[in-house]
Amino acid sequence: MRRFTTRQVIPGVAVLIVLLIFPLIVQATFPIHVMILVFLFGMLGIGWNIMGGYAGMFSFGQAAFFGLGAYTSSYLSMTFGINPWIGLLAGGLVAAVVAAAIGYPCSSLRGHYFAIASIAFAEIVRVIFNNWKMVGAAEGLSLPMHQESFTNFVFNSSKLPYYYIALVFLLISLIVCYFVATSKMGYYFRAIKESHDVAEVLGVDVVRYRLIAIMISAFMSAVAGTFYAQYILYIDPESVMLLAISVQIVLISMLGGAGSVMGPVIGAAVLIPLAEYTRTMLGYKGTGVDMLIYGFLIMLISMYQPAGVWGLFSRIGRKTR
Amino acid sequence: MSYELLQQLINGLLIGFMYALIAIGLTLIWGVMNIVNFAHGDFLMVGMFTSFWLFTLYGIDPIVSIPICFLILFIVGWGIYRFIVSKVMKGPMLAQVVVTFGVSIFVANLAVYFWTPDFRLLPPTILQGTWNIGNLDLSVPKTVSAFGSIITTILVYLFLKKTRTGKAILATEMDREAALLMGINTERINSLSFGIGLALVGVAGAFLSTYYYIYPQVGSQFGTLAFCIVALGGFGSIGGAFIAGILVGLVQTLGGFFFDPSYKYAIVFAIYLITMWIRPQGLLGW
Repeated sequence: MRRFTTRQVIPGVAVLIVLLIFPLIVQATFPIHVMILVFLFGMLGIGWNIMGGYAGMFSFGQAAFFGLGAYTSSYLSMTFGINPWIGLLAGGLVAAVVAAAIGYPCSSLRGHYFAIASIAFAEIVRVIFNNWKMVGAAEGLSLPMHQESFTNFVFNSSKLPYYYIALVFLLISLIVCYFVATSKMGYYFRAIKESHDVAEVLGVDVVRYRLIAIMISAFMSAVAGTFYAQYILYIDPESVMLLAISVQIVLISMLGGAGSVMGPVIGAAVLIPLAEYTRTMLGYKGTGVDMLIYGFLIMLISMYQPAGVWGLFSRIGRKTR
Repeated sequence: MSYELLQQLINGLLIGFMYALIAIGLTLIWGVMNIVNFAHGDFLMVGMFTSFWLFTLYGIDPIVSIPICFLILFIVGWGIYRFIVSKVMKGPMLAQVVVTFGVSIFVANLAVYFWTPDFRLLPPTILQGTWNIGNLDLSVPKTVSAFGSIITTILVYLFLKKTRTGKAILATEMDREAALLMGINTERINSLSFGIGLALVGVAGAFLSTYYYIYPQVGSQFGTLAFCIVALGGFGSIGGAFIAGILVGLVQTLGGFFFDPSYKYAIVFAIYLITMWIRPQGLLGW
């Protein structure tokens, strides 16, 4: 495993310290809310990156896993009074099992075919949840107000606990991604991404490693889903399972730099504040201006900087060295 | 009961022909340049609005505005390829997938910006009413649109098989390098195919505007179905897209009839996934 250089450690620690004291300095709720979303989408981006950026399976159905996580923990908590922290793990497991069940038959699909299959899968899940009376159908689930505490995973008086929990989740995801990327498995993933057939010839069990990538990715997205449900305390298929969410997750990863550990986090840090602030400034009239800018931005990035911000950094880094 | 079932079959068939026309444009683009146009449904919306405004502002009947829609969307498609898609052709695959999502969001919200997200419906045009055959009802706009879609498909097929330009498109689809060596300007073929692909969806939009709600987000539903139809039919296969389009129309209406209408899209997608499992290359793919 590669050792970190001081050049990498110092900025990392500095950013972490800034993030830790940020909510203590900035008292307003909106910036903290935006930062929580950055962490949440950073985590979703990392989840996508493991299967998309490393293993080359471009999923446009991450919202299904996100939603499965949110729904599992919320349903367990509302119906059986199961603690959301256990629900979090249960949601992750449900998503991973579903991912394996759908990933296995899709194991021969590549490129565009995989992308379209993932959209189809997510749409099926959304339609089911939209009509399934047991989980509230289109009305969704409103989580009851529990006593505020860490064990209950509910905090009414302040956003601070959510902020720190999301930050910790993000850091754990980063560490997992780092270990995956630098392990033997990470090399297998990249081999599969480069060429399915070559990887197979070299003795990589393609089907198995693709499944592992999908399951890790689904688990992470589901954990983010539970966090979202506990944070907003209301979920419905429109808010957690839309194709637009899946697309946003892909964009975040691409904008930051797919296939790099930090990429999705950088992408989230750029895109989410941009989206949230343009929405509050321009989107309130429902004129679609914020989405116009968003769409235009996507076109520009794909055309001129498809390697993402991380790609830009490393290019500049190579030049200055 | 049996009349009802027959009625559903006919309805499925009629919408299926529309799906086929939408999907053929998509499969042409996909086959020639290996780009999935995720904005395809949004250009259907542009076609519908073009027809809507031509009628509302100038009183031009949708049937008459079909060639206008064809032309406008052809130019738009040519431009989209020239100025946007051609820039990502040599880029990483992810950029090729994502760029058309950007176009999709942009176009849909441009429509929201100019025309608000409201639902609109054309007042009855030349195509209106229903034909009654026995106990069966045939909606005139739906039936004429279905026949229009068949005729358009035949014309596209003849264009591809009989004309030099059409043959050049097919050659590029089969082997880009070889086509280039034979002196075919593949960049021009790309622009042309993108233009034709959008022109076809423009025609579909004009037909659809005679009986369907017109609103900026109308494309997302048709678009998602169109991707499935194309992949189901097989990469770049016009015949496959045509058959798969009809199949999806039938599955959708029959699924809604036998099960629950709210699950009809889920059933279509499930059948798609099962087909992909058994035959990853699609029905007529190789």
